[in-house]
Amino acid sequence: MARLNPANLTVAQEIIGRYPVTRSALIPLLHLAQEQDGYVTEDAMAHIAELVGVTPAEVMGTCSFYEMLKREPVGDYMVNICNGISCHLLGSSELIHYAETTLGVRPGGTTDDGKITLEAVECIAACTEAPCLQVNYRYRNLVTTEDFDQLVGELRAGTAGFAPHGKLAKVRQHVGEDRWAGVSHPDGQGEPAWMARNPSDNGD
Amino acid sequence: MSEAETVVNITVNGQPVEASPGEWVIAAAERAGVYIPHFCYHPRMSSVGMCRMCIVDIDTGRGPALQPSCMVAVSEGMVVDTTSDQTRKAQDGVLEFLLLNHPLDCPVCDKGGECPLQDQTMAYGPGESRFVEEKRHFEKPIPVNDLVYLDRERCILCDRCTRFADEVAGDPLITFQDRGDQTQVNTFPDLPFSSYFSGNTVQICPVGALTAVPYRFKARPWDLTEVESTYPNPMGDRVVVQASRDQVLRYQGVDSDAVNWGWLADKDRFAFEALASDLRLRSPLVRGTPLGQPDPGGSELVEASWHQALALAADAIRVAVDNKGPQSVAVLGGARLTNEDQYVWARLAKGVIGTDHVDAQLDDGLPADAVLSLPRATINGACTPGGTVILMGPDPKEQQGTLYLRLRHAVVSDGVQLIELTPRATGLSHLAAHRLHHRPGEVAAVAAALVGGDIDPGPDGEIGGVSAVALAAAAAALADRADQPITVILGRTSLAEAAGPTVEAAAELMKLAKLLAAGGRPGIAFLPALHRGNVLGALDMGMAPGLLPGRVTLADGGAALAESWGSVPASSGAGARGILKAAVDGNIDVLILLGADPLGDFPDRKVAELALQNVGTVIASDLFLHSSAAQADIVFPAAGFGERRGTHTNMEGRITRERQVVTSPGTARPDWGIASELARLLDAEFGFASSEEVWEEIVQVAPSHRNLSLDAIDAETDGLVAADSSIVFSPPDSATLVPHVDAYSLRLVSSRRMYDRGTLVRHAPSLAGLANAAALAVNPYDFQRVGVDPGTEVQVISHVGEMSMPIVVDPGVPRGTAVFGYSYPDLDVRDLIDPASVVTDVRIQTR
Repeated sequence: MARLNPANLTVAQEIIGRYPVTRSALIPLLHLAQEQDGYVTEDAMAHIAELVGVTPAEVMGTCSFYEMLKREPVGDYMVNICNGISCHLLGSSELIHYAETTLGVRPGGTTDDGKITLEAVECIAACTEAPCLQVNYRYRNLVTTEDFDQLVGELRAGTAGFAPHGKLAKVRQHVGEDRWAGVSHPDGQGEPAWMARNPSDNGD
Repeated sequence: MSEAETVVNITVNGQPVEASPGEWVIAAAERAGVYIPHFCYHPRMSSVGMCRMCIVDIDTGRGPALQPSCMVAVSEGMVVDTTSDQTRKAQDGVLEFLLLNHPLDCPVCDKGGECPLQDQTMAYGPGESRFVEEKRHFEKPIPVNDLVYLDRERCILCDRCTRFADEVAGDPLITFQDRGDQTQVNTFPDLPFSSYFSGNTVQICPVGALTAVPYRFKARPWDLTEVESTYPNPMGDRVVVQASRDQVLRYQGVDSDAVNWGWLADKDRFAFEALASDLRLRSPLVRGTPLGQPDPGGSELVEASWHQALALAADAIRVAVDNKGPQSVAVLGGARLTNEDQYVWARLAKGVIGTDHVDAQLDDGLPADAVLSLPRATINGACTPGGTVILMGPDPKEQQGTLYLRLRHAVVSDGVQLIELTPRATGLSHLAAHRLHHRPGEVAAVAAALVGGDIDPGPDGEIGGVSAVALAAAAAALADRADQPITVILGRTSLAEAAGPTVEAAAELMKLAKLLAAGGRPGIAFLPALHRGNVLGALDMGMAPGLLPGRVTLADGGAALAESWGSVPASSGAGARGILKAAVDGNIDVLILLGADPLGDFPDRKVAELALQNVGTVIASDLFLHSSAAQADIVFPAAGFGERRGTHTNMEGRITRERQVVTSPGTARPDWGIASELARLLDAEFGFASSEEVWEEIVQVAPSHRNLSLDAIDAETDGLVAADSSIVFSPPDSATLVPHVDAYSLRLVSSRRMYDRGTLVRHAPSLAGLANAAALAVNPYDFQRVGVDPGTEVQVISHVGEMSMPIVVDPGVPRGTAVFGYSYPDLDVRDLIDPASVVTDVRIQTR
């Protein structure tokens, strides 16, 4: 577990290739590592540090800043129940309490089967649909306790249609090598080769 | 440029102030004598506006508004009020916020008494806290490395240490982690803040969050007595030496604009521990019986009085001179003494005894006449924006810590172009515009091609191991900036390589210097990067064969000096190697070691061993009984740094004061006193009563130091630079022939590391454990050829010896080259180096 596997290393190199300044690839690579392991391992951070040419401490500084980058193992599904003001007024606290009782974990905890991590979060900007929650950052609106039971059942059965935690997109964007920014030392190289090749960029 | 563009007129608290364009308000105010309280602002680092303490009323025509004065640049007509009610209220509020989570453990905090947070709370803050909730909690101090503890509860998140690590030291191994009220400074798990400069973060921490292991709980600031002094390293770092109860407890860097900018390397900062070591010599020692009775043929070193020891030493010298002439006495070392100590020893050796066998370097530096004849650069000159620095010497990061920091800043912030002409990658390589990693021993050919523009690649498309393409690019870059100063950092990059090629390369660069000077351009100047504290002072004071005090040769200055000294040596003597060879041959009867340990430090250990055995009387003056001193017949305890007064000469020739703050242990004396006493017993009365009187004589007799009286030095903040030299550079007659390396061998590079087996490091408990174990580093390509796993023990074989050590991969080592350090605690790798040949090749065998 741990460092990026060979397949992901190839993806990582493609991601790095998009940026004229290598360290710009830091956050996309953290997402890649989270996609691989479900969370960002310390080994992955050290590997990313090697790839983008910064120290592991700098990777840790960035990674620990963002809530969506998990540094501890989480379940396959992050269930984030909103506890913002609108949701609160429409019963989200009761929903959270219900979730705690039925799942047997406190917010921040992961069920014993490793499927679900429960979190109570601040406003997720769906106040018209309160109370709402997210499963791996996809919304479920106007959630009742019955809806919640059904959702948990589907998540456990794997029929809910959510990708496991860390997966960001169904289709990965590919940037052909001819469109790479020409990775090298940030200030050494002038404009990337592909810019010069692009006829619409010649200034007229 | 009109005046409007060079001066910005602002008003600070009603008083008109002339500021320079782009200057921060806080800096302009401080220059005008108005102190604006702050925590995160540091004049040697970029402004970040983290702490908000420096917010003051700034009016740029739209009415006064609170703005952080460390982030606002001065503008014409700006009105700053640092005492308005609004400002006071803001400062009070900021302090209350900063104190929300700051624990009130001042009584047990090292910083208490010198803490900016404490002081500013007293001056500007609220008297009481309204905060009744629970403060945040972290595990109490965690080590961020072996020398520094971090107490995150005390941290006010000013970003000074993390900025220092990133901007100044270039080791961003501590960063802000987490977010919001959980934000903390920390390292990556299990990856310590292993920087050579970590101690500086302790000094700049505005609270007690970072504390140094060697100083923790040792003293309270109000109990410390302190003097401003110069740390005796080749940079001449300006320091404050602080002591309590007659023991040195801390060095703090002093922000000297010309030298160290307030920084210190950890090795220097924490070496004070060695001064207080129990192993310091406290009394003279002479040969004696196991029962402690002095006996010239005795097997033990026993304590003796100064009177006995000095008389024995003087007798031995007198007998040697009477029997075999003055050249049977030799002096080695002295590079760690003050200028005054060196002068009196030099006068004793050359003026009284009459021997010219004097050498402060142990054959690990450069010829003294070459060093003194090359045009000398200054550090600020090297760091001139737009200039060029050619690194043709040891890795500054390993050997001249603060020079590395200055150069790093010059390259990163001031656009200085760095051309690296070394046999392997250094700590500056990633900043170098051009990296010319030559084959060991072939630097002269590369230098010739670099300045001559005459690049004739052989069939391999390379010169001395450097590709012709890279060389041409570097030569073009050098020519491109020829109207800006060019500084060469010159020293022995590798101790597995003779000094000849380096001097030849300097001669090549001097050709360019002549051309540039003829064109009226600033030209080339050199910064000698030699090893040992005051080595440049030693050369200036004539502690080298054929030289006299004041940068004159024996031939040129002998007659003039004989008038004040009485006599000078009749003929030139030999350097360290020649002295030890002569000793092996039985031609040296008395060998005086001044803080020198040839057994531990001379490149040829076998010669040093034989020499010490064959010399009739070995006299040592030292702080510690190291391996060579233990073999001596007479040992004098010398006063160390902080225990003596004098002056120090740094690599620029800058002379600054060293001052005394504690007494030396036992009866140890400053070296000038020991040499004066010996001279008196040899019927020459110098009449010195203090080191200041010695300096007065130096100013009179040393031509290069004519205008450098102590009054003149003290009148300048950063001391004075001795610039003149009457020695003319003479290029070496013939080029050194470097043999080809065969296909099965790797050419050896051996260079010093910051932490090694050196006497101070060994005797400083906090530093002793930091020295690396021996290992052989090779390029990944060559590594594959050997076909072993990293860390495997391999047999390293040269034609003078073999030993086994682990092999490691290092992409910074060029192909065909193998690198190890010079002075390891566990393995004496000198036995693999052939000091008699230009280069040494090794083969690697797996076992």
